[in-house]
Amino acid sequence: MTLTRTETVGSAVSAGPTPAGRSARPSRARRRKHLEIALFVGPATIVYVGFVLVPVVLAAVYSLYKWNGFGPLTDFNFPDNYIRALTDPVFVGAIGHNLFIVVLSLVIQGPVAIGLALLLNRRMRGRTLLRVVIFIPYVLSEVIAGLSWKLLLQPDGPFDAFLSAIGLGGMSKLWLADSDVVLWTMFWILTWKYIGFAIILFLAGLQGVPEELSEAAAIDGASWWQIQRHITIPLLGPTIRIWAFLSIIGSLQLFDMIWVVTGGGPAGATATMATYMVQFGFQRNQLGFGSAVAVILFIVSLIFALVYQRFVLRRDLAGSLTQGVG
Amino acid sequence: MTTPTIAAPTTAGQPEPSAGPVPGVRRGFDWGQPFVYLIALIIVGITIAPVAYIWIGGFRTTPQINADPSAWPDPWVLTSYASVITSPTFWLQVGNSTITALATTIGVVILGVMAAFVIARYEFKGRDAIYSMFTAGLLFPITVAILPLYLMLKNIGLLGTLAGVFVPQIAFALPTTIIILVPFLRAIPAELEDAAAIDGTSRFGFFWRILLPLSGPGLVTVGVLAFVGSWNAYLLPLLMLSDASTYTLPLGVQQFSTQYSQDTAAVLAFTSLAMLPAILFFTLAQRRIVGGLTGAVKG
Repeated sequence: MTLTRTETVGSAVSAGPTPAGRSARPSRARRRKHLEIALFVGPATIVYVGFVLVPVVLAAVYSLYKWNGFGPLTDFNFPDNYIRALTDPVFVGAIGHNLFIVVLSLVIQGPVAIGLALLLNRRMRGRTLLRVVIFIPYVLSEVIAGLSWKLLLQPDGPFDAFLSAIGLGGMSKLWLADSDVVLWTMFWILTWKYIGFAIILFLAGLQGVPEELSEAAAIDGASWWQIQRHITIPLLGPTIRIWAFLSIIGSLQLFDMIWVVTGGGPAGATATMATYMVQFGFQRNQLGFGSAVAVILFIVSLIFALVYQRFVLRRDLAGSLTQGVG
Repeated sequence: MTTPTIAAPTTAGQPEPSAGPVPGVRRGFDWGQPFVYLIALIIVGITIAPVAYIWIGGFRTTPQINADPSAWPDPWVLTSYASVITSPTFWLQVGNSTITALATTIGVVILGVMAAFVIARYEFKGRDAIYSMFTAGLLFPITVAILPLYLMLKNIGLLGTLAGVFVPQIAFALPTTIIILVPFLRAIPAELEDAAAIDGTSRFGFFWRILLPLSGPGLVTVGVLAFVGSWNAYLLPLLMLSDASTYTLPLGVQQFSTQYSQDTAAVLAFTSLAMLPAILFFTLAQRRIVGGLTGAVKG
C-alpha cells in the first residue's frame, strides 16, 4: 500500500516540472529505477546465491556420486549413498538422538521456561540483573560452555564433589562415558545453555499480554492459576509456537555442543545427523556420502518446518488472539 | 488456592509505577514474593555456578584442584591468569575473532540494509520472488552447505583465511538480517519519502540521508546478532581454518584445553578469559540483543 502511493507520488513529481516536452523522461526514470534496484539488491544476491544456494545445490549433486572430493564426478551411484545412510544403525541412531532432543526440549524445556517466565513476570527487585544473568549461558559460545561442562562433569570432578557435599554422592555416574546416561547429560547441558533464551522470549511475549484482561478476570474472582491457564498462556500462544519451531529446528541441526563435549561418543551414543555428516564427509573424506547425509538432514528439517507451518503456525495468521481467549 | 487469589491482584494489578520501589510491602505480607525470589535465586545459582567455578578455579593451582576439585582457592594465585593475559597466542586469537566478527557484521549490515531497502520500498516485478529467495535461506543451515563450501573456498583460495570464514558467515546471516530489516524499513512513513522527493532528493539521497539515520536501532540489532553469531561460531572456523595462527577464540580454547589438559588451572584461566569478551559485549548490548530477538520473532 505504502509502496504504490510512494510510486505514484514519485513519478508525479518527476513528471511535474516538465509537462509534455520530454516524453523520454518516464522510460529514463524507469531505467534509473531498475539500475538502482540492481545496484542495491545485487551485492547481497551475489553473496547469498554464491555462498548459500550454490553450495546447497552442489550438496544435492554430490550426494548422487561416490566421491572423495578429488577428480571429476564420474561414479554415479544414486541411490546407494542414501540407502547406505538409512540402513546404517549408527545414522538411524543419530536421527533417533536428534528426535530425542526435539521431544525432550518440547516436553521439558518449554513448560519449565513458560513456568519460570510466568513467575518472573512481575515487579521485583533485581529484575534487570536477573534477566542478564539468565541470558549469560546463551551468550557464551558452545565451545566454551561445552568445555566448561566437560570439566565439571569429569569423573570425581567438581559436579560429583557437589553431589556428595549435599549427600547425593550415590547418584554419581559416568556422566559423559555411560551410554545410558550421556544423552540425558547432553540434554541437561543444552537446557542450561538455551533455556535462558526461551525465558527471555516468553517474558518478551508476556509484555504483549494486556494487564487489563487479568485484572478483569481477578475482579471476577479467577485464581492466579486460572488467569494463567485461561488468559495468559493462550495469549502467549504465538510466542510459544515460534519458540517451539526454533527449538525443533535447532535440535535437528545440533552439532557444536555434541562435537565439543562428546564428539558423538561414546560409541555413537550421542551422535547426531550433523556430527555423523562431519565425521564421514571430512574426517573420512567421503564427500558423496557426507553430502547425502546433509541432504537427508535438510529434508528432515524441511518436512518438520513445512508440517509445523501448515498445522501449527498457520493459526497465528488467523486471529489467534480472539480464538485463544474465546 | 486462596493465597494465589490474593496474591494475583496485588502483584499483577499495579498500574501506578510510582509505587514501584517498595514491592510486596503494602497490603500485608505477600507470600508469593518470597517464593518467587527463592525460585529466582535457584535459577541464578544454576546458571552462574558453572561459570563461577571456572572463574574461581582459575585462581587456584593445578595441585590444589587435583587435591580437591571443589574447594576455595587457598591461597589465591594469579599466575594462571597472568600467563594467559601475557600470552601472544591468546591475543592473536582475540584479534582473529574480532576481525572476523567485525567483517561479518559490517558486511551483513551493509548488504542487508541495501537489499532490504529495495524490498521494502520499491515496487517492481520479481520483488516478492527476491524476498522469498532470501527468507528461504532460513531453511538452509550452514551444516547442509558445509562440504561444498569447503571445496569452493579451496578452489578460490580462501580456505584457511579469515575471509573464508566471514564471507560465508555474511551470506548465511543475510536471511535473518533482511527479515528483521524489511518490516523495519517499511514502517518508516511514506510522507517522509514524499517530502524528500518534493524537496528534490533522489531515492538514493533519501536512503542515505533519511532512511539510514532513522533505521539506526534496527541496524544495531541485526549488527549485534551478527557479531555474537560470528564471535561464537564453531563449525565453519573448525573446518575452514587449519593453521593455528588463524584460529578464532573458540578454536583456540579448544586447542588449549587439549594441549594443556594436564594443567587444569591454566585451562580454567584460559576459558574464563575467553568468556569475558562475550559477556562484556552482551552486558553492554543487552537491550539490543533481547529486543532483536523479540523483533525477529514478531517480524
